[in-house]
Amino acid sequence: MTEILPPLLPLLVGIPLLMGALGAALRKSKRARHIISLGTLSAMFVFSLLLVIATHDGTVLAHKVGFWDFTPQVAIPFVVDALNSLVLMIITILGITSVMFAMATHEARSRFYHPFVLILMAGVAGALMTGDIFNLFVFIEVMLLPSYGLLAMMGAKLGAHGARIYVSVNLLASTLLLFGIGIVYGTAGTVNLAELHGAAAEDPAVAVGGAVVLTAIGIKAAVVPVHGWLTRTYPMTSPAVTALFSGIHTKVSIYAIYRIYSVLFDGDERFLWIALVVTSLTMLIGVLGAIGEKTTRSILVFHMISQIGYILIGVGLFTGLGLTAGIFYLLHHMIVKASLFMSTGAIEETYGTGEIDKLGGMLKREPLIAITFMIAALSLAGLPPFSGFVAKFTIIQATLEQAHYWVAAVAVIVSVFTLLSMLKIWVGVFMGKPPADLEDNALEYQEKMHGKRYLRVQAQAENPTLTIGPPTAAMSAVLSGQRAVKVPVKLIIPGAILAAITVFFGFGAELLMLLSETAAENLLNPEGYVEAVMDA
Amino acid sequence: MSIAIAVGLLTAAAVYLFMQRGMVRIVLGFVMASHAANLLLFAAGNTAYRGVPYIGTSDYGEGGDPLPQAFVLTAIVIAFSITMFMITLAITTTHDDDTENDEESPAKVLTSADTDDAVSSSVDTSSSGAVAAGTGGADASPMSPVHDFEAQDDDSAEAPNADEGTGHHQGKEDPQ
Repeated sequence: MTEILPPLLPLLVGIPLLMGALGAALRKSKRARHIISLGTLSAMFVFSLLLVIATHDGTVLAHKVGFWDFTPQVAIPFVVDALNSLVLMIITILGITSVMFAMATHEARSRFYHPFVLILMAGVAGALMTGDIFNLFVFIEVMLLPSYGLLAMMGAKLGAHGARIYVSVNLLASTLLLFGIGIVYGTAGTVNLAELHGAAAEDPAVAVGGAVVLTAIGIKAAVVPVHGWLTRTYPMTSPAVTALFSGIHTKVSIYAIYRIYSVLFDGDERFLWIALVVTSLTMLIGVLGAIGEKTTRSILVFHMISQIGYILIGVGLFTGLGLTAGIFYLLHHMIVKASLFMSTGAIEETYGTGEIDKLGGMLKREPLIAITFMIAALSLAGLPPFSGFVAKFTIIQATLEQAHYWVAAVAVIVSVFTLLSMLKIWVGVFMGKPPADLEDNALEYQEKMHGKRYLRVQAQAENPTLTIGPPTAAMSAVLSGQRAVKVPVKLIIPGAILAAITVFFGFGAELLMLLSETAAENLLNPEGYVEAVMDA
Repeated sequence: MSIAIAVGLLTAAAVYLFMQRGMVRIVLGFVMASHAANLLLFAAGNTAYRGVPYIGTSDYGEGGDPLPQAFVLTAIVIAFSITMFMITLAITTTHDDDTENDEESPAKVLTSADTDDAVSSSVDTSSSGAVAAGTGGADASPMSPVHDFEAQDDDSAEAPNADEGTGHHQGKEDPQ
């Protein structure tokens, strides 16, 4: 299998791109776009599952795109090992569930929704697999361009400010990344990661370039003190898009930080303290920021920042256990966070608001959502028996092993605050009595959303609105007062699937932990990675 | 050396423009910043060698490094497309290109006209007024933020026709 798979790697980028174009060309048929999108994403999932199986023993698969056989240095390498195949697999799961969610909210009726998601996925696959830092820049841009479209299109009802900030910050980070790549090329003479192995550890000039690259990627990963854009932009679009982005953009950047520090810096111990200080600040400031927030989504976005701190502890320690724990945490976090965004997003899409003060009593009204939210929230806070417990426990164990007691202390304190924030949402949204005007507001919102015939953003209007298609039979019944407002089951399923996965990874943590260990082993000893690229 | 100076100047100009709140200025800042990055990439390939980089067309010692040129070409295409998208974002959905949406945010409260501190506020409002006038002057409706800025501008500069904007102006000052 290790001989058949490498030449197929470029298909992971090419097929979604082609399918995205095909989807955009099919003007009329919604159904065809749905099928193309879900089909392509499922195929990507199956392929990444094969890659996980092929790399579970530490094998590194490498391929030079186009069978270019001049020299390994000039070819464009695609490299897959346990780490990026695992991340890709989880991202395809998130892609499938978020597309299901968007179909339930009717956003996917838009002609460009599915094409954008597929092109985004092509960029993600490329950014994860690429073996040189200039192509990393290119694929991050491929990934970002459809994201700009998605964010602006679905957030139009909230104004263009979110999109303006999002595009500006990301372009700034990309320009900075380009500066960094220029410095690395000028000092080391190559941008191929395998050739650059250990260059930053030996040569301070390359290390400066590497630091600029890491800073740029750090902005994209929303690490404190460059996290502000995330909390200003993610709540400014639709819940479906927030759920999709939460698992993809910052996480691909985190993967890049892991990979670059492992290969370019060869895990240099001199700079690790910087990472530990930054991660501790990220954990603390993220969780404190959530205290003042009033809507479910903005609270969750602040927690995302705090969790990014936990994930990056792995790089800060750069020991076998630390990296294993960090990778496990990354995979767990992607699933849990998206699940939380989807369960609170389902309420937001049905009742028209995510403000905690305007909601209440959902435990009685929507018991299924309540259970889904509860599982994911407890997992996020790190309570057994969910995957979050295993993740947090191993992270803290790894910091104690290296005698970084203050990092461990911060990690424990922050998880207490995380639990408090989750309880705030729980008490405000699910417990207590529903406000008197809950139902009226929900009806008003639904009427507004289903008023127009097709999904259309009226961007030039005085008050831009996003209206979605004709009401379904069930929705008509609600609008005419024959049925009570209730979250449709279709909206609950995607979040529930992800919640089920976190339970599965809680009880079956052994499996994912073994895979994370292999991935950590590959990061600790990048020689295998280097050899695979040079011999490909 | 000249490339280093050019990169420095372009970056300084870009950073200055990023500090503005109007979207069009930020976009111009990005044009500068991407030029700076492209020059730096060129410099990384050593600009002293300028021969044609194809094998067999010039001596190995004289041929330019083709890789940075490929990088720059790619980067230009990407930067151009995103710049176009950003300009689109600057004119959609509202009549101004402000990056601040919250009426009570410090950025807006501080730049609105304040009678106690007329000197500093006249500087602030004139800059934001210029941003608004540069982008949405043509289609500024009486209710649009563009008009507000102009009214405040007149007021703080103590122009003789300040009365015209007063009624409208006071209504908007309530958040303070």
